[in-house]
Order: sequence, then structure tokens, then C-alpha cells
Amino acid sequence: MQIEVLESGLAVSVQDLGRIGFYRYGIPMGGAMDRESLRIANLLVGNEETAACFEAPFLCPKLRFKDHRRIAVTGGEVSVKVDGGEFRSWESITVEAGSIVEFGFIESGARLYISVSGGLNVPVVLNSRSTYTIGALGGFKGRMIQAGDLIPLTEPSIQVKEKNRRLPSDFVLNINDKTDIRVLPGLYWHRLTQESGESFFRDTWTVATEADRMGYRFGGGNKIDFVEREQPFGAGSDPWNIVDSAYPYGSIQIPGGTEPIVLHRDAVSGGGYFQVGAVISSDMDIIGQLQPNKEVNFVKVTMEEALAARKNKNARMDKIRQILL
Amino acid sequence: METRFSFGGDEHLLCECSEEMSFEAFFKAINSVELIRESNTEGILEVCGGNAAYLVKFDPDLIHPDQLLEIVKELELKALSSAPVIQTRIIEVPVYYDDPWTKETMHVFRDRHQEPSMTDLEYAAKLNGLATVEDFISTHHSSPWFVSQVGFVCGVPWLYQLVSRENQIEVPKYVRPRTDTPRHTIGHGGCFAAIYAVRGAGGYQMFGITPMPIFEPDNKFTYFNGEMVFSKPGDIFKFKPIEKDEFKEIEQTVKRDDFEPLIKQVEFNLNDFLKDIDGYNRNLIKELYAN
Repeated sequence: MQIEVLESGLAVSVQDLGRIGFYRYGIPMGGAMDRESLRIANLLVGNEETAACFEAPFLCPKLRFKDHRRIAVTGGEVSVKVDGGEFRSWESITVEAGSIVEFGFIESGARLYISVSGGLNVPVVLNSRSTYTIGALGGFKGRMIQAGDLIPLTEPSIQVKEKNRRLPSDFVLNINDKTDIRVLPGLYWHRLTQESGESFFRDTWTVATEADRMGYRFGGGNKIDFVEREQPFGAGSDPWNIVDSAYPYGSIQIPGGTEPIVLHRDAVSGGGYFQVGAVISSDMDIIGQLQPNKEVNFVKVTMEEALAARKNKNARMDKIRQILL
Repeated sequence: METRFSFGGDEHLLCECSEEMSFEAFFKAINSVELIRESNTEGILEVCGGNAAYLVKFDPDLIHPDQLLEIVKELELKALSSAPVIQTRIIEVPVYYDDPWTKETMHVFRDRHQEPSMTDLEYAAKLNGLATVEDFISTHHSSPWFVSQVGFVCGVPWLYQLVSRENQIEVPKYVRPRTDTPRHTIGHGGCFAAIYAVRGAGGYQMFGITPMPIFEPDNKFTYFNGEMVFSKPGDIFKFKPIEKDEFKEIEQTVKRDDFEPLIKQVEFNLNDFLKDIDGYNRNLIKELYAN
């Protein structure tokens, strides 16, 4: 069975939890920018957490269903219209054969996840159904979806009992006007002067318009100054250059010392810009939900704090599983 | 040359073998990567080689970062004791230097270049003390290159020329990166050459273009041996200058999947290479063209 795409939305792609093991070739993990929301979207319709969903930044597609399904939308607040009936995100919704599903404009967050019972059945490429558009691989024909596409669906497992599921509102993350992003300083941190190391964490940064699956760019903070040195052989002449090396996901580079870029799920795997450290794993999902012009503070944490935050996030997900299963 | 270890968040360990690029640092990195992969340590998800560094991606739910660091340090020590010798392949890569397509792109982005009045090739020749563009091109293809890192996007090879440090070609990247680069452009930034696997943004100076694909997601070409990405760290590339006619011809053979790049298996021994660089390169090239 298939879903028909009537309107494409904005840069909507098929994503799951991504592919591990090909970063060394320059093929990134990909997968949902906000992995937790994708897991929840799947749990709400009785799917495996790893099933493929639509990821829609800001503007969702308009879809026509050809058979009876359950769907859910997570990641932010949005209204969902099914044949005239109005529903909300974070709950499971029944659609019938022939139903047309439309969505309102995103009211909070930056990326919505649309799950369909059974899951989107695009081919598995390198262990994942995620779309990597730069390499034209995975997802639906290696690209964003377009009007007229027929996206194949997997038959829902008959063992899964159809029931209404809703994520309790106290579990819905509310991204405040000003968000803290926790960072473990390191990597090439020693390149910063002491004053710049302090201002980086003191300043408020705003999300720039160049924010996509590859990386999120920030502006508005003080320019970074560098410790003077003779550049190492092969690094290039600018003080923010290093000998080209491998980049961690979440690492924060500051080319020119002015605009930090946090590499995200479709990261380039390497390059010649120094990095001040990396966003901790538990805060990567939040970045995927930041709209342009959102203010953030980078907050310095230790490895112990990073591991504790990760544990908390895992525990939260366990609780959500208990509620929704 | 002591490796500097630093965590990149709670899921990555960066191991910088050396701040500067050198053959020694590359061998330390490639041998460490090999041993860490072979160790199959639980919790290590992936190891990525860098030119003079490597990156270990791990799952802190499965292995504590302190424990990971200990294991990596031990394995690196072991890697240091292995001889800097690799079994690899030498590959002839055809290049159409000073081609019309990179030139066209170059003109679009002239305002982002250090010397808008010069072409990238003229600029690189001048910076590297070569009298003419022809001299520069000849320097670029007469000695072979090492694939010292693979990645960026879609299997881009970083290439480090097999010459002494004082003879390495060095150029800065564009002042501001371009938003476009033709697919298969031969670029250069810092001391590294690179081949753009797909069309896209880039900051490297552009010298030419190859008709030989190095990334193929649909597994269309026999010479990829079932891989999606052609280049491997440690590969040796020998550029062969070609003109427009030959470029077009190879493009057609590639389309028919009749293209077979010239490839020979070789051993590369760093110590022997460093003793006599020119002689060693002559032998490598001889092996490439031997029947």
C-alpha cells in the first residue's frame, strides 16, 4: 500500500534512526535530527521505534491515504486536519482509506515527525531508510519528497492492538525563548584566548538562517580571538585552520572566529576548521528543534555531567515507553 | 610525536597524532585505526581516519569514556611497534587540467578569491615559485599522491603528495567558500589535494577535472568492486594529464561501464621511501606501467 503526496511541504524527507559505520567514507549517520520525537511518533502508532517517518521542517506535506492507518505527529505543536476533523500533535489519529491529511503551520519547534502505522517502506540503503540528499541515497529516491510521489508503506503488524495513545503533556518538551545547549569544551579548545573562551559561554547566540541537517549556524556573540602561533605545516594560514581532520557529530567549529557551526546528523565527516568542543549527546535533539532567531546559551559541562544528562534522557525515554506501549 | 587525546562530547574521542602533517603522523594514524577496528572492542561504533589524526565514535552506555581512553592508548602503543609498511594499490587517475568547466565556475566566484585577476592555476603557480602554469601542472602530476583521508561528503579523498616537505604544493583556500564546485574537480587547499566526489560547495583552489567517478551510490561501475566509495586511505594516485578529446572518450567508456582504471598492487615502505624519495617514486611509477 502507498501514501500519495499531494503537496510536498518544505524539504520533507524520510528518516529513521540513521546508519552507523559509513562516516569514515563521508556518508553521515543521518536519521532524525530529533531522535526522541521520531521514537515517540512510532510508539504512538504501535510501530517499532526505529521505523521510518517523514521529517518535516516547518511545513508538512499534504497526504492522501489509500487504506486504513493510524498516524501521529510529534516534534512540535501543530494542528492536524483529517477529513474535516481537527486533531493535535502528540496523539494517535485514525485515518481511513481515501482520507486527506493536512497540517497547520508549526506552532513550536522546528521539525515535525509524521509516523504511519506499519512505517514508510522505502528501500534500506546501508542499513537505513534515511534520506541523504547530498549523496542522493536512501529515503524515497535519494531526495526530498515531491507532489505526486507514491510512498510505499509496510503492512502494520496485526499483533499490535489499535488503541488511542497520547503522550502526557508533562512529557512534551517545551523549548523556551532562551535555550541552554550543553557543551563539553575540548578538541581544539586550546586555540582560544582565555577571554574568548569565557565570552563563548557568556554570550547569547542566535540561530542563523543557515541551519539545516548538516549543521546549525549561530551568530550574535563576540568574535573569537586565537592564541598566536606559527601555523603547523599543512594547516593553512588562517588561525582557525587545522590540518584537515575528522569531525565529531555535534562539534562546534568557528570559521573566521565569528559564527559557530554545530555539525548535526548529516555532518561533513572532516575538514580543516578548529572546533571548541562538542554539544553533548543528550542535547542534540534540542538543536534540531531550534527555529532561526532563537536565542541560545552554550553551557559548559564536564564529562560526568554529560554522562548524567545522557542517563536522565535514557530514563525519560524508558518512562515514555512504559506509558505508550 | 606524542598523540593528543581529547573527547568530542560524550560519544567521540579525537586522537591527534601530530599538529602538523607528515608521513609519520599518517602512518601512526592508519596503523592505529586498523588495530582499533580489529580489536572489536564492545562500545566502539566506528573509527574514522584523519590525515594526521583519527576519531573514535563510541557508545558511553556500553563503555565508559575513561576505559575507552585506556584501551585506545594501549592499542596505539601496539600500532607504533608495527613497521610503517602497507600493502596498497597504485591507480592512474586521468585529469583534464585547466578545463573549461572549473574555469567557468571560477569566474562566477572571482570575488571570493585572493587574486581575482588571476586564475586558480596562475595563483598557485606564483605562490609555489613556478614560472608558468605548465610548470605547475607538471609538478602536480609528475609525483604520485597518497590518499591520506577519505570523507567530507561521499568519499572525497584527501591527497598528500609523495614528495619532501619543502616540495609540497601549498595554497590557501578561497577567502570565502564557493556555493558550487563541478563534480570531479581536482582541488587544493593547504597541503592537500582533493577530488570533489559530487557537485557542491567548496573552498579549494580548482586545477582540473577527472572523468573518473569516485562515488557511485547505485553500484553501476564494475571497477568499484561493489563498494560505494572508490578511494581507500593508503591508496596511491598517479595523475595522468589528458586533453578534451580523451576526457570525452573516457566519459563515454565510463557510461558504458567499460572503463577500467589502471591499477597495480604495491607495497609502500615509508622508511625506504624517505631514504630516496625520487628513486622510490620512479619505481612506483614503473610498477604502475609494467605489463
